[in-house]
Parts: sequence; C-alpha cells; structure tokens
Amino acid sequence: MPRTLLRISSTALLALLTVSCRQSALTTNASMAGELLVVGPWEIPSLDPLGSGSQFMRMQVTETLVDAASDGTVLPGLAAKWSTSPDGLEWKFELRQGVRFHDGSLLTAASALPSLKRALAEPGSLALAPIERLDASGNAIVVQLRQPFSPLPALFAHSSTQILAPSSFGPSGEVFSVVGTGPYRVVSIARPQSFIVAAFDGWRGGVPPIRHATYLSVSRAETRALMAESGQADLVFGLDPASLSRLRANPHVTVEAVSIPRTIALKVDSGKPCFQDVRTRRAISLAIDRPRIARAILRDPEMAATQLFPPTLAGWHNPRLAPLATDPALARKLLADAGWRKTSLGPLSLGGACSSMELLTFVDRPELPLLSAVIQEQLRQVGLHVEVNIGNAGDIPFGHRAGTLTMGLMARNYGITPDPLVTLVGDFGERGGDWGAMNWRSPEIESLFHALVRSNGADQSLPRSRVAEILQSELPVIPIAWYRQTVTVGTRVSGVSLDPFERSYRLTGIRWAGKTGDSR
Amino acid sequence: MGRKDGGQPLTVARIIVRRLVQALLVSLMVSTLSFVMMRALPGDAAMRVAAARYGHDLVTARAADAVRAELKLDRPVASALFAWWGDVLRLDLGTSAVTAAPVVDEVSHQLGYTIRLALAAMGIALLAGPLLGVLCGLWPGSAFDQTWRALAAAIRAVPPFILGLLLIIAFSVEMAALPAAGTMDSTSLVLPAITLAVGLTAGLIRVTRDALKSVTESGYFAFARTKGLSLSEALVRHGLRNAAAPVTAYVGVQLAFLIEGVVAVETLFAWPGIGHALVHAIYARDVPMIQGTVMAMAILFIGLSALADLAILAIDPRRR
Repeated sequence: MPRTLLRISSTALLALLTVSCRQSALTTNASMAGELLVVGPWEIPSLDPLGSGSQFMRMQVTETLVDAASDGTVLPGLAAKWSTSPDGLEWKFELRQGVRFHDGSLLTAASALPSLKRALAEPGSLALAPIERLDASGNAIVVQLRQPFSPLPALFAHSSTQILAPSSFGPSGEVFSVVGTGPYRVVSIARPQSFIVAAFDGWRGGVPPIRHATYLSVSRAETRALMAESGQADLVFGLDPASLSRLRANPHVTVEAVSIPRTIALKVDSGKPCFQDVRTRRAISLAIDRPRIARAILRDPEMAATQLFPPTLAGWHNPRLAPLATDPALARKLLADAGWRKTSLGPLSLGGACSSMELLTFVDRPELPLLSAVIQEQLRQVGLHVEVNIGNAGDIPFGHRAGTLTMGLMARNYGITPDPLVTLVGDFGERGGDWGAMNWRSPEIESLFHALVRSNGADQSLPRSRVAEILQSELPVIPIAWYRQTVTVGTRVSGVSLDPFERSYRLTGIRWAGKTGDSR
Repeated sequence: MGRKDGGQPLTVARIIVRRLVQALLVSLMVSTLSFVMMRALPGDAAMRVAAARYGHDLVTARAADAVRAELKLDRPVASALFAWWGDVLRLDLGTSAVTAAPVVDEVSHQLGYTIRLALAAMGIALLAGPLLGVLCGLWPGSAFDQTWRALAAAIRAVPPFILGLLLIIAFSVEMAALPAAGTMDSTSLVLPAITLAVGLTAGLIRVTRDALKSVTESGYFAFARTKGLSLSEALVRHGLRNAAAPVTAYVGVQLAFLIEGVVAVETLFAWPGIGHALVHAIYARDVPMIQGTVMAMAILFIGLSALADLAILAIDPRRR
C-alpha cells in the first residue's frame, strides 16, 4: 500500500508539472521572448474604463479625446481640436479623421459617444463638471453645460473617458473586450493579473519600436522590487522606500523618478473648536518637521512639502511663497495665544476641551500609519495629545460626511485631471470636499474659483497664485509631503520617460537597448 | 479522520456522505461567519466598494451612496443574511460587488490555480517528507536523523512569507533560474509550490520518523526480524503500512496549514488563486466574493480531508 501511495503521489506530481507546462495564451516568458514586461501593483479585476480599465490606457491600448503634456497642458488626442460657444455653455470636440479602432472600424462621433455617456453616468471625471448633455454632431462630440466650465477639456483626458469601439460592449452595456484606438492592441487578458499587447499596425503614429508588451500585476512591493533586481521585469512601478535605496545601488537597474501631483496632508475639521482658530492650524504646521519625515520615512528629502502644490503643478505651485517651516517654539507660542493651556494631566487643552484629539489615517498607503506616528510624537512635543486610529481610505470621506472626523492624514491626488482646478473647486469650494477642507470657507477663494471656471482663454496665473497663497496662510489642510513616482528600468530598454499624471507608461517612446535588443 | 463511529465500521460511502454533509454545513457556517465579521468591521463598506470600483482618488460620499443603494447595503444584517441563504439554497452565489461578474465564474477560475498549487505542494511534501522521515526513523539518533530533525524544526518555524522571499532571492535574483512571480512561465509554479510544501514536509519528516521509530521498536517488528526477515523485508511487510496511518492522519490535519499558507503564498508570488482573491475581496469589502472564496476553501479543505480519510481506510484494515 505505501508503494501504491508513493506511486500515486509521484504520478500526480508529474501530471501536475506537465499540466503547468501547458499554459494558455500567457505562457510566454516575457523577459525571454523580446516582450517588454511592465510590473505594477494595480490589478485588473474588470475591463471597465470606469474602474481598473485605466491600465489599458496606461499600456496605450485606448486613448482619450484629449491628451496631456508633462506640465499639465492639454493637447489634442482623439479630438483634433475643440472650441466653445461665446456663452461658454457649448463645447465642440472635433474628432481626428481616419482613426481606426483595433477591430478595423472607423472612429466617429457616433461610435465614441457611448463610451462618453457611460463615463457621464458613473462617478468619474465627467461627474465633476456641470454637464447637461452629450451629443454627436457630424464628426464632433458636443457637450452642453449648465454653466460655463473652462477646465472641461482636461476632464476628457481622464482614463474614465477612454474611447472604446462599439464592439467592446455587450448587450447590456457591459465591457467584455477592450478594443481601442491606441498604438497597442490587446492580445489576451488574464484577469485580474495580466494582459499582453502587441503593436497595432494601423496606428496613426506609425509602428512603435517595442512590438510586444505584457502588464503584470504583483501586489506585494517586496516581490516587485525583487523582480526588478532579478532583471525579470523591464519596468517596475510602485516601489516601497525601503527597496528603493537597495535598488539605487544595483548596477543592473536604473531608478527613474518623477514628481507627481499628489500631496500627503493633514485634513482638520476647522469647524471644531480645536481647529477653528487659524493660529492652532499654523501651530500644528510649525510643529511638524517635514524634512526629517521626508528623509526618514519617505527616504527622499526633496519630498518635504513647502506648500500644498508640488512643483510639477507648474501653474499652481507658487515659488514666491515662504516655505512651510518647522519651529516648535513658535508653535507653542501660537497655541498659547490661541488659548491652549496645560492641563493637570499634561497635554494642552482649549477651554477644558481638545486635550486628546483623534488622528485618523489608513493603511491603503503603507507610509501613512508610519507618518501618523511621527506626527503624533511631533505634536506631543508642542503639548498636543493625539490618538492615532488606523482604518481604511473610505473612513476619511465617511468621517467628513458624518461630521465625526477631527484630523485625517491622507494623500490627495491633485492630478486626477491635468488641470487641478476641477479637484480644487471640489476640495476648497463652498461646501468643502470629502478629501479637502472641512467646515472651512474662504469667500475670496470661492470668488477666484468662480472666475477661473468661467475664464475663457484668460491668463490664470495670478488667481492661481493667490489660491496657493490663501491655502498656505489659512491651512484648511496642512501639507506634509509630496510624492514621487519611482520606476526601475532594466538594462534591456532605453528611452523611458514618466508621466506625472500617470495616464501612460509611454511605451511608444521606449526602445530595446543595444544590438541584442534591436534584433528582437 | 477514519474511525469507527458508534461501533459501525466506516465505509467509503459513509465517509463520502459524512464529508458531503460536513462540506455543506461548514461552508454555510464559514460564509455566514465571514458575512457577520465583514458587517461588524468599522467604517463604511459602500465607500470601500466604491473605492475598489472607481479608484481612491475619485471616490466620494456621493459615489458611495450610489453603491449603497445599488447593493442594498443599508438593509438590516438579518434581512441581508436571509437573502444570502436563500440565494445559496438556489445555488446562486451572487455577483461581485466590485466587478459585477458572477461569483461562481470568478471563484471557479481562481480555484483552478489554487488546486494546481495545493496539489503540487502536497505532491512535493508527500514525496520528500515521508522519504526523509523513514530514513531518520530507521537510524534514530544518527547524525542524519539529528540534522534533519533540527532542520525540520527550524524550517517549520519560518513563516511561508519569509521563506518565499528567501527562495525568490536565491532562485530568481541570485541564480536567475526561476520566475519570481506570475503565471506567465511554465516554471512559475515551482517556487510557490516549494514555499507551500516546505512547512508540510518539515512536519511530515518528524511525524514519519516518530511513527517509524515506534514501529521498529514494537514487539511485532522485533518478532518479524527474529523469525528471519531482513530489515527491508520487515519494513515493507510490517513497518511502512503501520507507520503510514499516523502520517496520513497528520496530513489530513495539516491541510488547514496548506489552505492558510495558500493565502500568503499566492499574494507573495502573484498567483491568481482564491487566496489571492480573498485578500483583495477583503480589502475591497466585496462580501459576495469573500463568501464565495471562503466557501470554496472550506469545500477544498473538506474534499482533501475526505481523501485523507479514504487513504487511511485503505491503509488500515482495522478501520473498516
């Protein structure tokens, strides 16, 4: 019997190994067969552009009406040009002529419209604008607005508005295949983990040097770093700070980085007595040692925020602003001026209240719990007692809406669309925002936003600088650090450039390095 | 495990029927428990689902409200639970809250990967563990025995996650011999299977060694040798079968370790099985997917336990 069992086990193991060798379409070893392997943390649970389908845009399978340059300037994409009516209520996006989907069908306004109507119906960039109606007229997409909205073109650069061929949709409007117009077409998809693309010969920009590429989702940062180190992946996104220092010392990979418009900030409820006084918010800001945090936690000293907007948001970053400083002595003085007094138990309180405040953060971004612990200690040093609670990202907007949030440490992306005005209006406008100010209003900012969203071609630099100035002075959210997207690049490739708005991996600009690579 | 119940001998049919009933009850229990636990978690589930659907940057309370209404998340727990039980009785596990795909389709696709990984790990462990255990048990106290016992204890103490990282460093980074993650290569199964198998192998070495040692020290084994059988003859005729029963029972018990290990190993190696899916479903508060995956895990565990029962029944005639 033991022999029989042994025989059965060996046979089963051999059979399994044989089966594992007979893989489906995704059996090719990308790193050996001349395929570019892109590794990132983002899974592809669905093909829907409104969700994880953004990966298809990053891999340049799909395109949007509007493109974006690295500085946020909007550029023609599938729309060759756009114009607005004199009252600013009607926008017309003229589509490029002769663009074909990967299934051979022609891109027309009628074929593009269903993708945009889906995007309008769901939470996505288009939901941020006062859009009344979307129509197709000739070869143009016509957008009717309820009120003028100057950043509208930037919304059409967001991945939720990527244009899919009518053949991508099922009978009930669900996306069951991804047929786009980009330089790469989908060869196969293995949800939720990977998909393979190949160059689309009919793309208007010519055939890219990299003919085949694979996107692989790897959720653990440690594994991604080891894949970079082993040379098995050509581009690896989403690296943790600890692995980065090791990878920078590795001669077989290059670490590329680009500052992205995302800021870690402390959101406070300015309506609560604890934070109502701007001197308290300034004191908190002065208590926080940003350079030390950036050096010790983020391992990148340049990421210490000097204002809310990072330099990559060129139109909004105001270089003339005095940078946010660290001065615990001044912080203590400001707190005393604002009425904070020492309690018998130790920490400061404000009229007997606020002797302990909750700081809520979440684990979705692994650096945030660490940062919150450091901030807790730095605030303790000026006499403020903070209790850290760690939940999930939804707790911050939930707490905002329920009015239960006191302080929240979050990471806010101001580059959801190339023009951050859309996000800022939501965050710092009249009602504040789930990820923005809480119970704080600035009539001046509201009037600046009002003017900005209605401006049509006017120079926006002055009002933008003024917005940055007000936010720096009032601190409805207290900036802590900026973000940098870091990517490892393997030795097989060259020509890698990074998109600060994370819309594209820019595969078309990448080439195989050296003679061996060229022959692939 | 196989044993006589109330004086009635166990039969293949009885084992299968009993395990089928267990599978039904346990899968319902674990899915109900996971439902209750997910409901008990703090925070807003609708916000979590919305974040998984649309991305954190675009999720707002308004998007969460839409999700809440669509998924009827504001229903009382009892009402939602009864609705779920009703669906299960109709063999309908619902659709994923995030992707809207049928849970059955998602789970069956992922279960294939998990079964392949679990069986490969079991195969490795069943080949290596008993073999080394027999060698240790034949010469207890020898340097070979002491070395492997110490190694087994040390290896068993290393969590699969750390072990997996060490294997990636050794075989992918240093030797460039095996893929570090994914399923894109024909050898992708090797590292996750070894990671999962090592802990089980270590346990099997110790159990087999002790079982064999106890057999070789028994009176019937001494008698077999006394009547003139060689060591190998005595071992084949009397030793291995007697030692196999406790080893098989141990494997049955350790299946829980295997299922538990799948979650960590699949996540580390980006192996798209149900362990990996469970982690992401929990993260996204995708309750139908959580219930579907835990049910699948329970059924897998009970199915493998039934196989262990049948093996014991085949090995030990006294159980029949």
